[in-house]
Amino acid sequence: MPKVAMVEALSMAMGSELRADKDMVLMGEDIGINGGVFRATSSLQKEFGDLRVIDTPLAETMICGMAVGMAAQGMRPVIEAQFMGFVYAMVDHMISHAGRMRHRTRGRLSCPMVLRMPFGGGIHAPEHHSESTEAMFAHMPGIRVVIPSSPSRAYGLLLAAIRDPDPVVFMEPKRIYRWGKEEVEDDGEELPLDVCFVLREGTDVTLVSWGAMIKETLEAADKLAEQGISAEVIDVATISPLDMDTIIESVEKTGRCVIIAEAARHCGVAAEIAANLADSGIYNLLAPVKRVTGYDTVMPLYRMEMKYLPSVERILNTVKKVFAVS
Amino acid sequence: MSATVASFSVEYHQFLDRDGRLFGDDVPELAKDFEKLISIYKLMVQTRTFDFKAIALQRTGKLGTYASCLGHEAAQIAIGSAMRDEDCFAPMYRDYGTQLYRGVTMTEILLYWGGDERGNDYSGPRHDFAWCVPIATQCLHAAGAAMVYKLRDEKRVAVTVVGDGGSSKGDVLEAINAASAYNLPLVIVIMNNQWAISVPRSKQNSAKTLAQKGLGAGLHSVQVDGNDYIASHLVMEEAIERARNGDGASVVEMITYRLTDHTTADDASRYREDAEVEEAWKSEPIARLRKYLESEGQWDDEKQSELEKEAAEMIDVAVKEYLNTPSPGIASMFDYMYAELPHDLQAQKEFALKEAE
Ligand SMILES: Cc1ncc(C[n+]2csc(CCOP(=O)(O)OP(=O)(O)O)c2C)c(N)n1
Ligand SMILES: [Mg+2]
Repeated sequence: MPKVAMVEALSMAMGSELRADKDMVLMGEDIGINGGVFRATSSLQKEFGDLRVIDTPLAETMICGMAVGMAAQGMRPVIEAQFMGFVYAMVDHMISHAGRMRHRTRGRLSCPMVLRMPFGGGIHAPEHHSESTEAMFAHMPGIRVVIPSSPSRAYGLLLAAIRDPDPVVFMEPKRIYRWGKEEVEDDGEELPLDVCFVLREGTDVTLVSWGAMIKETLEAADKLAEQGISAEVIDVATISPLDMDTIIESVEKTGRCVIIAEAARHCGVAAEIAANLADSGIYNLLAPVKRVTGYDTVMPLYRMEMKYLPSVERILNTVKKVFAVS
Repeated sequence: MSATVASFSVEYHQFLDRDGRLFGDDVPELAKDFEKLISIYKLMVQTRTFDFKAIALQRTGKLGTYASCLGHEAAQIAIGSAMRDEDCFAPMYRDYGTQLYRGVTMTEILLYWGGDERGNDYSGPRHDFAWCVPIATQCLHAAGAAMVYKLRDEKRVAVTVVGDGGSSKGDVLEAINAASAYNLPLVIVIMNNQWAISVPRSKQNSAKTLAQKGLGAGLHSVQVDGNDYIASHLVMEEAIERARNGDGASVVEMITYRLTDHTTADDASRYREDAEVEEAWKSEPIARLRKYLESEGQWDDEKQSELEKEAAEMIDVAVKEYLNTPSPGIASMFDYMYAELPHDLQAQKEFALKEAE
């Protein structure tokens, strides 16, 4: 089986489900003949036609608002924001409608839609193309927020997101779109939403991350191993709702936790995890929970972006501080 | 009973045909103002030479993704030449022609696409807005600027540009509506270059013109050949002076063509035919104005080669300045966040500086 990158695995998942579910459609800017600016939908319009892989006018409010309407009337729209920086015009429909459709109609209507978008920095992109604002969606009730970090998880999680009966925001860490190729079988098998994945078992410290920072986190774990420190690495994957059980179980074992996130620090997902650890894991902790995050600044243009993003070194320095306490 | 209660039409303006021949009976004064036309022609050539250079810099890894303005030179410079310094420009992201006319420097353009915020700190009119990547949002900022001029009774006009693709966004209709509701001194240019990345104009909607979006709110709405500098300037001048005099806002649809990839990150051969692009080259604005100037005995090959040499030299200076600009430094990530740096950011700044040691 040939190895594929994440972006190809996403394409496979969408193709597989378009084949299996006649109610599914894709909508977005440049997703048709162009195959999406990252080629995540490449060749799908060719296979499924322009009534199922639909190029839209340049209008995010329209795309998302229509998806809400289509989902409520029985279809499965999978929409794309070309970059996370352009999702904000969609937010009104996500928070005001998608997330509350089922609740406010007491289950009469629902909103089984997926909003996909590439996000994150580190690819030398222009302004507004590099932010990570997943916490904003994680804060919205009624919406799942899923972030894969490998080709196989991208495949299985996207299938699960499309089949999920409720709205899912599916954020794709574009910095690792083409990193870490894996063999991914196109078998239509989904992965569970709402659980964390333990990528590496360890006994001394728990490193928790998601998205593209998984790359640096795994590298940091390698470096720590060289120093004789055994790190457990957890990919949160679904950041809302949050599977704290897996994280707490790990911290019970290691007694130390460092959370690594590319996004700004203030009110981020890392803070939510830390708060949960304070609530339920505190008696197992040997040291304070630490966060390695981006700064509470505007994401800089690309000349400075690597200074903004957490580096392997920043992770290692933080782990060192944790061990200095205990 | 039924009666027509309102009816509309959209006029199309053009003076120079694609071979640079003046047509129509009323020859505008501008067509005989050769001093002005030559200075405009020079800026058009400089803009294009700069554009090619920027693409070359990107291809050799010295610049980030760059959005070319190839083919838009006449339209953009016409917007610039119809505005006054005190007017306010709210650009999209490829409006270099307008901006160079207004005083933004080539070095600043390179800095921005080279990943450096200092590119947004324009030498040009200090009140102009910076490049706007979130499409169409600039239209409402321009409406806001126009609101200021109206509330303060200043004789100033806000001008903004949005693409054919961007015209599908609600922001554009909201700006048009605001302009109508408040009678704002605003001109919204819809730069119709036929493509929004891979999506052709025909897929944005099925209306005959994009200008007619303005008619829905009762604005003066016209279409112009954006590759004809003379027509573009005159149409813009009329729209701007109308706005300045309190006679209302306008929507100006400029018809042009994006002659190259959307940006350097794009590959237009995936979605459009070479034949279409070749055809579009026959209407491009620079050759057209040159032919006109030549036919009037105002331009020749010798002047052309001198101009090209000058342009290349001027651009080399800008490129050197850009390439020699030192790193903005870590502190720059923090120092412009607020008028005064809050204590938590101060701590983050110190952490970042220490880490970089
Ligand atoms: C709100 C928003 N959505 C999507 C994008 C991504 N994007 C950048 S340019 C572009 C096409 C723009 O086409 P048009 O408005 O016609 O302007 P042109 O680039 O042709 O000058 C798209 C979809 C964006 N920058 N902003
Ligand atoms: Mg366009």
